[in-house]
Order: sequence, then structure tokens, then C-alpha cells
Amino acid sequence: MAVLLKAEARTAGAGAISLRSVRKVYASSAGAVEAIADWTLEIAPGEFLAVVGPSGCGKTTLLNAIAGFDPITAGEIALDGTTIASAGYLAPPGADRVVVFQNGALFPWKNVVDNIAYGPIVQRRMSHEQALRAAHALLERVGLADVARAFPLKLSSGVQRRVEMLRALINDPKALLLDEPFRALDAISKSAMHEELLRLYESTQKTIFFITHDLDEAILLADRVVVSATRPARVKRVLHVDLPRPRSPLMTASREFLELRAQLTGVVHEEAEKALRRGERELA
Amino acid sequence: MAEPDSHSLRRRLRSSQVLLGAAGALAFVAAWYLLVRFEVWRFAKLPDPLSVVREWTARRPQYGVSLYTAAYYQDIWTSTVRVFCAFALATLLGVPTGIALGWSRSVREFLFPLLELIRPIPPLAWVPLAVLMLANQEAAMIFLTWIAAFFATVLNTMLGVTSIDPAYVRAAYCLGSRPQDVLRHVVVPAALPYVFTGLQIAMGVAWFSLVAGEMIAGQAGLGYMILSAYMDLQTTTIVIGMVTLGLVGFLSSALVRWLGERLTAWQFS
Amino acid sequence: MRLEGVLTAVRVSAARGTRLRTKRVESVRVLRGAAGIMGFLALWELGVLAHVPILAQIPAPLEVARAQWQLLHEARYYVDWLVSLERVSAGFLIAALVGIPLGLLMGWRAKFRYLTFPVFEILRPIPPLAWVPLSIVFWPTTESSIVFVIFLGAFFTVVLNTLAGVRAIDQRYVRAAISLGATPAIIFRRIILPGALPSIFTGLTVGMGITWSVLIAAEIIAGKSGLGYMTWEAYVAGAFPIIIAGMFSIGVAGYASSAVVRLVARYAMPWTKPF
Ligand SMILES: Nc1ncnc2c1ncn2[C@@H]1O[C@H](COP(=O)(O)OP(=O)(O)OP(=O)(O)O)[C@@H](O)[C@H]1O
Ligand SMILES: [Mg+2]
Repeated sequence: MAVLLKAEARTAGAGAISLRSVRKVYASSAGAVEAIADWTLEIAPGEFLAVVGPSGCGKTTLLNAIAGFDPITAGEIALDGTTIASAGYLAPPGADRVVVFQNGALFPWKNVVDNIAYGPIVQRRMSHEQALRAAHALLERVGLADVARAFPLKLSSGVQRRVEMLRALINDPKALLLDEPFRALDAISKSAMHEELLRLYESTQKTIFFITHDLDEAILLADRVVVSATRPARVKRVLHVDLPRPRSPLMTASREFLELRAQLTGVVHEEAEKALRRGERELA
Repeated sequence: MAEPDSHSLRRRLRSSQVLLGAAGALAFVAAWYLLVRFEVWRFAKLPDPLSVVREWTARRPQYGVSLYTAAYYQDIWTSTVRVFCAFALATLLGVPTGIALGWSRSVREFLFPLLELIRPIPPLAWVPLAVLMLANQEAAMIFLTWIAAFFATVLNTMLGVTSIDPAYVRAAYCLGSRPQDVLRHVVVPAALPYVFTGLQIAMGVAWFSLVAGEMIAGQAGLGYMILSAYMDLQTTTIVIGMVTLGLVGFLSSALVRWLGERLTAWQFS
Repeated sequence: MRLEGVLTAVRVSAARGTRLRTKRVESVRVLRGAAGIMGFLALWELGVLAHVPILAQIPAPLEVARAQWQLLHEARYYVDWLVSLERVSAGFLIAALVGIPLGLLMGWRAKFRYLTFPVFEILRPIPPLAWVPLSIVFWPTTESSIVFVIFLGAFFTVVLNTLAGVRAIDQRYVRAAISLGATPAIIFRRIILPGALPSIFTGLTVGMGITWSVLIAAEIIAGKSGLGYMTWEAYVAGAFPIIIAGMFSIGVAGYASSAVVRLVARYAMPWTKPF
């Protein structure tokens, strides 16, 4: 798969995402909710960025704005220099920045190959047969050829997530946007997924925007970990992870990892406590 | 060895279920027979199950309708064709209407209140109007049958579209779909289980309405057969008609269910 | 609808005056609904005036309105209402009184369910109106035969929904109650009955809808009074506007009785969302 994607990649060196003073206020019938206060961050092409933060702090909101699902209130988001979102403008979603969803969104009515081949077919990038052949080839390379004809609901959630990542990657996007993709997995499948994602990332060098609640996961996978403040979201702290690549789940035992882990826990804990205290006040 | 044990337990349970079910059905028929034979209260006026079966299977039936007469199949055929036409029309018109209502807020805002205004009118209240509007008797029967089936199909299809998980739609756009791709590859297949729920209800109400229509204004078909048997006081033929209606109704619903299960096999994990 | 939000590149105005916007959207919705209904009536009126093939046979909306107005001044009209309401209430109440306990018992006691379920499955596909002739033969009065057919119309739906409601109850509640030492009577009262209630009311609502349909046909076939008979009589007598006025009345009656069921549901189950 690595070889295939590299050979065909039209997007090498692309995928810079800049977030400049992004602000988002939801206008709901209950009143305005400020989800993002001021978010500024430059994501380099091919960077693996992880975002952690308390529940409900506005992470998904940010991802939705990058993906083109939901407009922002102020500020600007650009992909490789082109504005994709600003106050009053939102570029439609597209295959240059594909999302892998929090609860999974493989089409249950299409089998695995048809799911993977879907993007190239609707984009008219490949003929039907070509797309199916490419999908089969991808599955073959990651050892999933057996499930090609299965319907998603018949597969374990781990396999579903792997298929969903292939469905995104076959489009050769500039960036992958992952919203807690491994949340529903048990610890063992999760670790296998980490290995697979690391392999995919290290061979394709796509920009990855990865939201998670799992601090170990964030450090193990990412080049930088951004801690978001509790709602309204702001960049609270940016941590550089200097663990060498290729990485492996075994590194979670290394001294550097543990130091980073301690540092990250400190920052996150502070925010979590703030969120909790605020929650109590809101209840009272 | 818990496995085979629980297996045989289940089998024993299953067989006791079948036995009890058979006993229940048998008790029902026996009670019917005894109540009629011993002329308990007004049961004397009803035919007993044995004479119904005898008449139904007679080569020369006393009242002209049995498995061996052409008239019997003629009536089944007439009713079935009517139901089939009405059902097909309800599907062809109802599914697209339901999808449009679910998909586009404008369409929904313009048309849904009108639909809700007409819907509480029971399908059978349309009988006089149908007969008046459509001079052609066949068309009137089909219209009546269609109207109930149509509402069931539209409403369930619409419900199916509005309850699609927005993540699927978003995923489709992410992968580079145009709106018509989303319609074809996401909206229609995702709504299909609901569509088939609607179609199954539609099939039920189609027979329901058709029978009434045939009894009131028909000149052929199973409903008409029952009513004319009543006019001639042939209660045995009435029961034959009822049982036949139950059978064809059950078979047509089973057909829709079977088709639905085949087309939405993906939802069973 | 959320599906539309992502259709095309959208120009969006920043969130301003939320309250104001929702109100505007609401009034647009009402206006559009009214426009849809008015458009329908206008097309109908014009179709009749222009002698469009099928529409030419039926009276125009204005004529119908006039006929309805006249009906409102006739005592007979109110009698028809009352007679129909009485029949529906009788059939429906008997169906509920017999059907709910039966469904509960079938759901609660597996043996009883095995014994009775097949009989239900055999009888259920027979359309209720096919029972009309036999019912007239069997019951001593026309009135009782009409009520019987109405009862049948609602009965199967009520029983099967009640049964499904009991069977869908999470077994963990029952086990938790047993481990807390509850007797079967308490389990039935505190868990089975409230657990099945939403499904029972679904059955009652659907059953009420069927009831009116059955009533109309039964009145046409066997009755000498009631709203259904009124429309048929109007057809036979050639008083066509009354047919549609009658359909309208029946629609109102059906809608009102479903609303009553929903109201009772809200009182009986304060813990659920109104449906
Ligand atoms: N459509 C909306 N209207 C109003 N408020 C919203 C809307 N969507 C989200 N919110 C609010 O905005 C805040 C941020 O939500 P968001 O989903 O971005 O959080 P999150 O960081 O992804 O949380 P989680 O970790 O639980 O996924 C939350 O308080 C949420 O209640
Ligand atoms: Mg989230």
C-alpha cells in the first residue's frame, strides 16, 4: 500500500493548514454558545498533529470547520494558501481533506470494496473497474483481502476503522482529519490500529489532524500535541514530541515518552479540573 | 459440554412451542365445531369448519364456489390484479414523493401540511367520491386501494430520509460526491429499510380497502364474492371467501417482507 | 434539515439575533404550509370550472363549504356524529379492555403465548371488513354487528403491540427486581405494565385510526345512520357536495379521537416525550 500511494501521490509536500484567529459561536435557540474563542496554529505539510482537550471543549467544532461542514464566525482557515473558511464563507467539503468519523461512517449498505472505491468513482477520477481494482489492491496490501465482499456491520469495529482509513486514503487527500477514530476500540485492537496508522502515516506523509482523549495515543502518534483549553477552545499549550520515527507501540515505555506524558498530564489535568469546577457551578 | 446441552434445551423448547401452538389452533377449530354443532346461542347460524372444508374441496359445490370452480379463481385473480396495480402505483408515486419530502425542506414546508390535512380522512371514506369521480369501476377500485397504500408509503419513506445519520451524508460529500450522488448512494439505500416497512403496511391496508370497496361498489373480486354470498345466505361461501382473503393477504405481505429482507440484507450483522 | 447544510459552498451570515431568525423561519414555514393548502384548493376549484376530466365530476370547494355550512344547521348532522362516535367508542373500548390484558398475558407467560399466538396469526390477515356479513348473520342486531367489526379492527393491533411491548422490556430490570425480592405481582405492576405502556399506546393510536375506517365501511354496508352512511346516502341521492363535507367531518372526527388517545397517553406516561 505504501508503495502504491507513494507512486501515485500527487499531493506530496502539500497539506499545510493554517488556522488564524478562528472563532466560532453557535447560535442555538437556547442562546449563543461560544465553542472556539481564538485558535491560531500553523500545521506543516505532512505533519501529524494531535489535539487533546476536555470533553465538549470544541475539538469537533474545529474539525468540522476545516472539513467544510460548519461555518466559522470569525478568523480564517487556509489549506495550502487557499482560504477554505472565513467569516461568511465556507468551501464545500471535498476529497482533499477527508474525515474519518468519531463513530465511523462506512456506508453499511455497500460492501467493503464498494465503500473504498466510492470516492474515485463519484469524483470520476477512475472508471468503475479501475476503482474496484485499486480498492482490491489496497485491501490486498494491508491483508484485508478476505473481507472485500463483506458488509461493514459484519466486521469488528477495528476492521471497520481500517477500511474507513483506506476509503479516505485511496483519494490521495492532502490532509486526513480523524475525530477520535479509535474511541470505541478495546486496548488490544487499539494498539494494533496505532501500529497500522503509524505505518500508513510514515509511508504516505499525509498531514494528519487527529483528535483524541487518550494522552498516550497522542504522544505515540503525533509530531506535536496541542492541548486545548476548556470551552471556549483556545490553544493552551503545544508539546513537541521528539521520539524518533519509525515509531512503535513499544516506545510507550521509554524515558522520553514518560517525561512527555507527565508534562502533558499536568497541563491537561489543570484544564480538566477547570471544566469540572465549571460544570459544578453550572449545575448549582 | 454446555453447548450441545443448551442446544437440545432450545430444541425441546421449540418443539413444545410447536406442540402448544398446534394445540391452540386445534382447540380453536374444535370449539368452533362444537359451538355450531350443539347450536349454542346464535352459533347455529354459522357453518361449522367441517362443512366449510367439505364445500371448499367439493368437485360440485352446493353454492357454486370451491377449489374446483373457475369462478373462485376468477375472483382471486380480479382482486389480486387490483391490489397489485394499486400497490405498484403507490410505490412508484409514494417513494419519490417521500424522498422529496424528506430531502428538501422547501418541499416539506409546502406539501406536508396539505398531506396532514388529507391523511386523517380514513381511506374508506373515499368510497363514494371514488365511485363518483371515476366512472370506470376498475379505476375506482384501484384508486381506493391506492390511496391508503400511498400515504403509508410516503410517510415511512419520508421518516426514513429524515432519520438518516448526517455523518453518512457528510462522509459522502467528503469523498467528493455531488448532490445527485448523495441521493443515489446514500439517501435511497439508507432509507430503504423504512421504505419497506412502509410497503409492508401499504400491502396490508391495500387489501383492507379493496375488500371494503368491492363489497360496497364492486361487481367482482373476493369482497364482492363474500357480499353476494351473504345476499344469498350462503354462509359457507362467506367463510371460504374470508379464509381465501386471509391467505392471499398473508402471501402478498410475506412477498414484500421477503423482498425487503433481500434488498436490505446489509443491516443484519 | 441538516442534510441540506452541506450541499454547496454556502455564504453564511455570522450569528446575529438568533431569536429573531428562528421566528422568521417559523413564520416562513407557516406561510408555505398555508400556500400549499390554498394552492391545492385553487387548483381543485379551477379544475372543476375548467371541466378537467376527473375533477369535472366532483363538486368545487366553494360548493362543499356551502354544503358544510348548511349541514351545521341540521339536527340530523349532529345525530349522525353522535351515532358514529358511540359506535367507535364502544368498539374501541371493548378492544382495549380485552386486548390489553390478553396482550400482557401473552407477553408475560410464554406457554400462554405459544398456545394462542398461532390462532392470532391465522385470523389477523383477514381484513376486518370481510367479517361484516358473518357478523350480521351472527349478532342479533345490526348495531351489535357494527360494533363487533369495529372491535375486530382495533383488537389485533392492540394485542400485538401490547405483546411486543412486554417482550421488548429489558430483562435486566426484571432480574434486578427479582434480586431485590420483588414478588411476581409487584414485577407485573411496577415493571411489565409501565414498560409496555408506550407500545400499548402506539397500538391504541393505530387502532383508533383503523376503527374509523372500519366504521365508515360498516355503516355504508349495514347501517342506517352515522357519518359514513350520510356520505353514502348523499352519493345515492346525488347530493354530491355533502359527500366531501362528510369526508371532512369524518377526518375531523378521526383526528380528534386520535388526539384524545394521545392526551391520555401523556397523562398515563409523564416520563416519555409526547408523541
Ligand atoms: N450545533 C450546535 N449548536 C449549539 N451548540 C453546539 C452545537 N454543536 C456543538 N455545540 C456545543 O459546542 C461545544 C463544543 O462541542 P464539540 O462537539 O466541538 O466538542 P468536542 O471537544 O468535540 O467534545 P467531545 O470530546 O465530547 O467530542 C459543546 O459545548 C457543545 O455542546
Ligand atoms: Mg467531538
